[in-house]
Amino acid sequence: MSAYKDEDPRVTRIKRSIRVVPDFPKPGIMFQDITTLLLDPQAFKDTVDMFVERYKDKNISVVAARAGEDRNPTLEFPITESLAGIEARGFIFGPPIALATGAKFVPLRKPKKLPGEVISEEYILEYGRDCLQMHVGAVKAGERALVVDDLIATGGTLCAAMNLLERVGAHVVECACVIELPDLKGRERLNGKPLYVLVESH
Amino acid sequence: MFAAENGLKGDPRLEAISRAIRVVPHFPKPGIMFQDITTLLLDHKAFKDTVEIFVDRYRDMDISVVAGVEARGFMFGPSIALAIGAKFVPLRKPRKLPGEVFSEEYVLEYGTDCLQMHVGAVQAGERAIVIDDLVATGGTLSAAIKLLERAGAEVVECGCVIGLPEVKGQRRLDGKPLYILVEPRDIDDCC
Repeated sequence: MSAYKDEDPRVTRIKRSIRVVPDFPKPGIMFQDITTLLLDPQAFKDTVDMFVERYKDKNISVVAARAGEDRNPTLEFPITESLAGIEARGFIFGPPIALATGAKFVPLRKPKKLPGEVISEEYILEYGRDCLQMHVGAVKAGERALVVDDLIATGGTLCAAMNLLERVGAHVVECACVIELPDLKGRERLNGKPLYVLVESH
Repeated sequence: MFAAENGLKGDPRLEAISRAIRVVPHFPKPGIMFQDITTLLLDHKAFKDTVEIFVDRYRDMDISVVAGVEARGFMFGPSIALAIGAKFVPLRKPRKLPGEVFSEEYVLEYGTDCLQMHVGAVQAGERAIVIDDLVATGGTLSAAIKLLERAGAEVVECGCVIGLPEVKGQRRLDGKPLYILVEPRDIDDCC
């Protein structure tokens, strides 16, 4: 499911507000920089609004998202791919969506960032492994959850996020991302979970 | 200054916000009583109230830039920016922001750290606020203020959810007003 296919007029402005920075963090990667979207209050508002409109009547009680430090683009994007890489900024989109839909916001973070008891999910990337953690007790069994991220590439990290939620008995209703890189086929890695994106980039 | 001294004395929202914050002893190292705001984010009403208090304060101050300090400032800053129609500018650790950046090094208890901001994110003359979850020594906020001023912005205020004892009684940081919602709790206050 993709908003751009529905031809929502807001999508054009959103897409245009995203800046592409070549050869960052390393040569060959076309970095999708969403900070320029955040500098355009209308585009930022439209982005959040589009997600809120989709989810506000779906009884979502949990919005989970990853922090910026969790993704290591050099591990996730193979050197041979000259495709967009982006630093995860789920922390930026997740909380406004949670606030507007009446859900709680649950941050998913790299090890040693969350104090107290956590559960961990290790996951394999193309070159190496990474680990995502969530607080024990943040999410209860039976809760309906959304996983939000700014971008889906290979889908590895979204998959890890979903696993964390499902391990505590939550039901992941959908994954929501601003940008999809369809050539990396991340959608197929979501174990049949629906994915909703606003824009795609090849 | 604390919100309670500035128009919100007795406001029940402040008490609920304070109660929603969990104290985790000896994290990240022995002796530190860590003020964990993730439990505030799980309490929808308290989280919403936190954002609303800042929004009510800043909505008529002609603020066009909300700068948030990585990573916990990102949990509050964007929602404030959206509500007041300002842009959100992330201030990040080195090598996270692509393209040209300003860098500001600052001193920690042991060693130094560095905060960066995109060149071009902020125009000269813009009125800005800086948002973070907590202020202790003010080192990070000072670096944030310097970054914004180097771009020619006017920093109107720094807003933080929690203010540690180091800043108690302090109404300003580097000459900029400080607006704080709650004090830290002791472990004994926790339910």
